[in-house]
This record gives sequence, C-alpha cells and structure tokens, in this order.
Amino acid sequence: MHLDHAHGGPGAVSADARRPDGTRRALRIGLGGPVGSGKTATVAALCRALRDEVSLAVVTNDIYTREDAEFLLREAVLPPERITAVETGACPHTAIRDDISANLEAVEDLEDEVGPLDLVLVESGGDNLTATFSRGLVDAQIFVIDVAGGDDIPRKGGPGVTTADLLVVNKTDLAPYVGSDLGRMAADAEAQRAPLPVVFQSLRSEEGVAGVAGWVRERLAAWTA
Amino acid sequence: MASATPRAALLVLADGRFPAGGHAHSGGAEAAVGAGRITGASTLEDFCRGRLHTTGQVSSALAAAAALGADPVLLDEAADARTPSPALRSAARRLGRQLMRAARGTWPSAELDALAGRFPKGAHQPVVLGLTARAAGLGPADAAYCAAYESVSGPATATVRLLGLDPFDATRVLARLAPELDRVADRAVEAARRVADEGSDALPAASAPLLETDAEAHATWPVRLFAS
Amino acid sequence: MDGVNTAGVRAVARIRARSDGRGGTCLPVLESDGPLALRRSRGSGAEARVVLVGAMSGPLGGDRFAVRTEVEEGARLRVGSAAATLALPGQNKGGARYDVRITVADGAELHWLPEQLISARGSELRVTTRVDLAARARLVLREEQVLGRAGEHPGTLAGRLTVRIAGRVVLDQELACGPGAPGGWDGPAVLAGHRAVGQLVVVRPEFADAPVGPRRLGDGAAVLPLAGPAVLVTAVAPDALRLRRLLDEGLSSLG
Repeated sequence: MHLDHAHGGPGAVSADARRPDGTRRALRIGLGGPVGSGKTATVAALCRALRDEVSLAVVTNDIYTREDAEFLLREAVLPPERITAVETGACPHTAIRDDISANLEAVEDLEDEVGPLDLVLVESGGDNLTATFSRGLVDAQIFVIDVAGGDDIPRKGGPGVTTADLLVVNKTDLAPYVGSDLGRMAADAEAQRAPLPVVFQSLRSEEGVAGVAGWVRERLAAWTA
Repeated sequence: MASATPRAALLVLADGRFPAGGHAHSGGAEAAVGAGRITGASTLEDFCRGRLHTTGQVSSALAAAAALGADPVLLDEAADARTPSPALRSAARRLGRQLMRAARGTWPSAELDALAGRFPKGAHQPVVLGLTARAAGLGPADAAYCAAYESVSGPATATVRLLGLDPFDATRVLARLAPELDRVADRAVEAARRVADEGSDALPAASAPLLETDAEAHATWPVRLFAS
Repeated sequence: MDGVNTAGVRAVARIRARSDGRGGTCLPVLESDGPLALRRSRGSGAEARVVLVGAMSGPLGGDRFAVRTEVEEGARLRVGSAAATLALPGQNKGGARYDVRITVADGAELHWLPEQLISARGSELRVTTRVDLAARARLVLREEQVLGRAGEHPGTLAGRLTVRIAGRVVLDQELACGPGAPGGWDGPAVLAGHRAVGQLVVVRPEFADAPVGPRRLGDGAAVLPLAGPAVLVTAVAPDALRLRRLLDEGLSSLG
C-alpha cells in the first residue's frame, strides 16, 4: 500500500510503512461513525478478541472528555500504557482527516513506548456521517452505524457509509424494537458499497465481534505478507 | 529562479488550515472563558491584546530569530525560561513537534531534520515556526507576523466555538488588532536582529501571569474542549 | 534637594557576604550610597542579615539606583527592607531605574525578601533584577509590585527578572503595567484588574533529583516548576496582603 514512498527524513511523513529504525510499523485501522453507534464497545470487543494473538494498542479521540479512553481502561481490555487519548479541540473530524498530526504522534509514541506493535486501532470521536479518516493516518477504516440510528442511513450514503473499507451495522438485536428493516439495510448497503464488505453484528450475541475480528485478521495478514 | 521576495509561501504557512495541530488549542481562551474572564467580543479583544503583547511578542521574536538563523537550541532554552508554566511548555513542545512534521512534509530541509533529531519530542513551536519560514524561503518578518497572528487567531477561533460568539465579531477583533500586530512584528524583528551580537537576552520576555496560572488550572480540568 | 539634581540621583549600594570559616557569615563589604542605606541586623546561626532602609523615599524620575550583592562560597545571607519602596513621579523628566544584580556561589544561600514596590500615579520606573547562581547555590527571592497606593491609578512600571543557574537562563520574565505599558496589561490575559502581582523564585540543587509538581494556589496563583532546579511561585491578587499570603503559601508548600 504505502510501501514505496521516498521521504526527506525519519518520521517525516505519516504514511511510511517503515519506522525510523527500518522495521515495519503497526497496521493502523480507524473506527469512525456517529455518536452512540458502538465504536468504543466494538474497540473493546476487538481488543478482547485479538489481544492474545497480536500486540495491539488503541488511540481514542474524544470530543471533550477522556471518557472513551477511560471506559477502555476501566474495562481493562488492554494494559493502560497501550491506550492513549488525543484531544481534538471540538473538531473530531479535523483530528482524523484534515490535521492528523496529533493522532500520528500518539500512534508513534505508542510504538516507541510499548512497541513493537502489530496493530493500532484509532477510534474517532463520535461525529457525523461525512467524517472519514485520512489515508495518511490509517491504512484501513471501519465505519460503525447502528440500527437504532435509522434504517435509512445506508441508503442515504455519505463518505463513511460508501467508502469505508468495512461497514459495520451494529446492535442488530435492537432491530425489532426500533422498527429497523435489516434486509433493507443490507440491500441499500450493497447498492452503495459493492464490492466493499458489510458486517451486521450484535455484541450481545454469541458471535459478537467475530465478523469484524475476522476482517481485521485478514488485513493483518495482508499487511505483514 | 525563486523570486527575490517570496510571499506566496507565507500564505501557505499562515493558513489556519495548515495541518500543524493548532485547531486543538485555544491559546488560553478556554481557561479564561472558564474563569469568567472572557465573556464576549470586548473581553475577547482585551484578552487577545494582552496575549499579543506578551506571549505573542515573545513568540514573534523567537520565530524571527530562528528565521534569521540563530542557534535554535539557544532559542529553545530562551523559550523555556520565558514559559514558567509546565503545562504551557508542554503544549508549546507538542505544537512544535506537530508543526515540525507538517513542515518537513511541506518544505524538506536539513535544518529542520537536524532540529527534529535534537528535539524528538518537540522544540518550542515558535522556534520551529521560524525555521519552517526559513525552509520555505521566507524572512524574519514573515515568521514574526505568523507567530504574532497565531497568538491571537487561536483564541479568537476557539472563543467562537466556546461561547457561540458571532464569528464576524471575532474576526473584527482580529482586524482591529492589526495595527498592533504590525508593531509587535516590527519590534520582534528588531530584537531578533540583535540576538547575533547580544545573545538571547536581546529577546523580549514579556509575561502574562494569568495566562500561566490559568493554564495550570486548565490542565487539571477533567472535561475540556481544547488541549491548552 | 529642590531643583538641584536635575539629572536625578545616582546611587550604588554593595553587599558582599563571605563565610567566616567558623560556621558563620561575615560582610566584608556593606556599602550604603545616598538614599540606599544598608544596615546589618542580628543574624541567626550561620546567616547574616541586612536591611535596606533608605529606598522608601525614592526612586523619583531620573534617579538611577542599583544594589549589587555577592554571596561567596558557603555564605548565607538574608536581605530585607524596612518598608515598601515607593516609586514617585519626581521633578525630573524621564523614568527612574532600579537595578539589582546578585551572584550566589556554590554552597551559598541567599534569601532576598524586600517589601513591596509601590508604583504611584505619574511615576515611571524600570526595575531589573539579574541573578546568577552557581550550580549548587540556593535562593529564595521575592518581588512584589503594587499598582498604585489605595484607590490610586498606577504609574508606569516595567520589571524584568532573570535567573541563571550555572550560566543557563531558567527564568526570564518581564512585566509592564500602567499607562505607558503595551495594551492589554490590565485585561483578562495578564492582570484582569488585580492591583498586586508577585513572583517568588526558589532554587535548590535537590530539585534536580526530586522535582516538585505544579500546584494551583487558588485563582491567579500557582507553583510552577521551571525547566531547571528552580520553582516560580507566581500570583496576582487584589491587594498586597493577599498577595503576600499566596506567595507564603507557595513557599511553604515546597517544604
């Protein structure tokens, strides 16, 4: 993917696949999506599913608190030194797209301090449907929506829904209660995104985050190949 | 062949969207709003004027001196001595590191590489700003203007978000400060030119006690929109 | 004095403190000059004490006062003043200057704790304090500025405090207030209407190994560890009394 860029000096530019010492840096996966769609819960579940297989860390981008980072700390999904919070000046989309420097520093500091890492999950602060990650910050991105946010979201599209490498439709267990039509959501998502994948998940079900974790494993395999 | 007085690069460097991390910092405005010291356009103007003639004057001179080629390590030490608040020193270094990344990606230069190697966790932002201006082919006055303007544009933009202040009011504050910005930048360049002979003592050291103490209070807030 | 000193008064007072070799401190130099009168007062233990008594009548416009203090290796000195110093307009054109120069050698200690400097209406004073410390010198230095006597508008007051340890500058702070200062000095970023402002610098070699953390002392006051083995207690307050209380609290918090 970004393997062959030639740049001025060590650590100068974000997308380099090598760290200053020449080793391969961690794969970076971004998780974005609207407020309350279940990004933090998905990150927590991914950490639990993957922490015994790979060396991973998390960067959170809260809007005005450290709550997401603190939730992850409280849930003890990872040791505290593997979780970092970035402050975003009331503009979470700026921090993941237009001016990614604070996030890049957080990722690099994690690699320096707890590395080597295989995977860094960068969680966006809850924002709107247009908020996507810069390719300078992440190698792949997951967009998380939920059935309670309205089953017309896939049809409405927007950069998150249409361009994310993986679309996650979360909280499928709530569909009957909020009157969301999962079949319609799947058809709309397919129409907007094909051939990009979609995962429907309920973290309360037995399968939980397995679908997303499987997709992450594939990306990891491709990254280290 | 480059123009004798390159100017367009100044627009790139001074653009509020230049991706160097400034958007997450309020320049002390969030703390001052929290303390009830900024409540609207008029107190914002007083705040910005005070910041311009203190922190802004110092930053402007540091940037001009770095643009003139003064030893950045010496300037960084001078910046430390002029920033008693540890929270503000840390914010200045974080912003310096972020600017360094943007600068090296935009105007690659051996001097920037050397400073990044010397301060892997970041040098003070105005010092990096001056070297960036130098790498972009700009002069000390350009660097001085950038630093002086940043010292007031950050708080003004942040106050729009924090108080829902009318953005035209905030912009008018900046426009009204323009003649003072000119004077600050002039004085900064004048001081910076003396650094070669007199050392960093020639740089202004104007301080703002409340910016320092409020920054320490702000650093302990559990809930805040801005990093500083 | 009326109309005589058209150029203002020039005065340089000097203090040199030296270890007496018996665990005490002697003062081989204690030179008063004009309005700057120095008195030795009873010391305690190893420490010598000096009181600055005369400065309260000045400085007036055009005056140039200086105090030079050297604390030699192993000596311990405490300098205070008998009363607050009042900057007054005077009859001469032009501002007054008050320059303090201090050096403290290794193993020596200085407590420099004068009373407040009051900037009276119409006065114009520039104060500079430069302290050069050896790597293992100790210092407690306090400066307090009061802007105007009770209910009075202040004069123009500019101060610069510079502290070096082993040649490296660890603190360099200027503060300008009053009608001749750049704009915004009384606004929300700088003093926000407070009429008393002060700094207390503490230098101890042991801070290098056991740094203290920053600490807030209420609104407008904080303990700030500097980039070096030094701490600044900085405060603004409505009046001199409350300012002193904040600086004292900051100092005692350092143990």
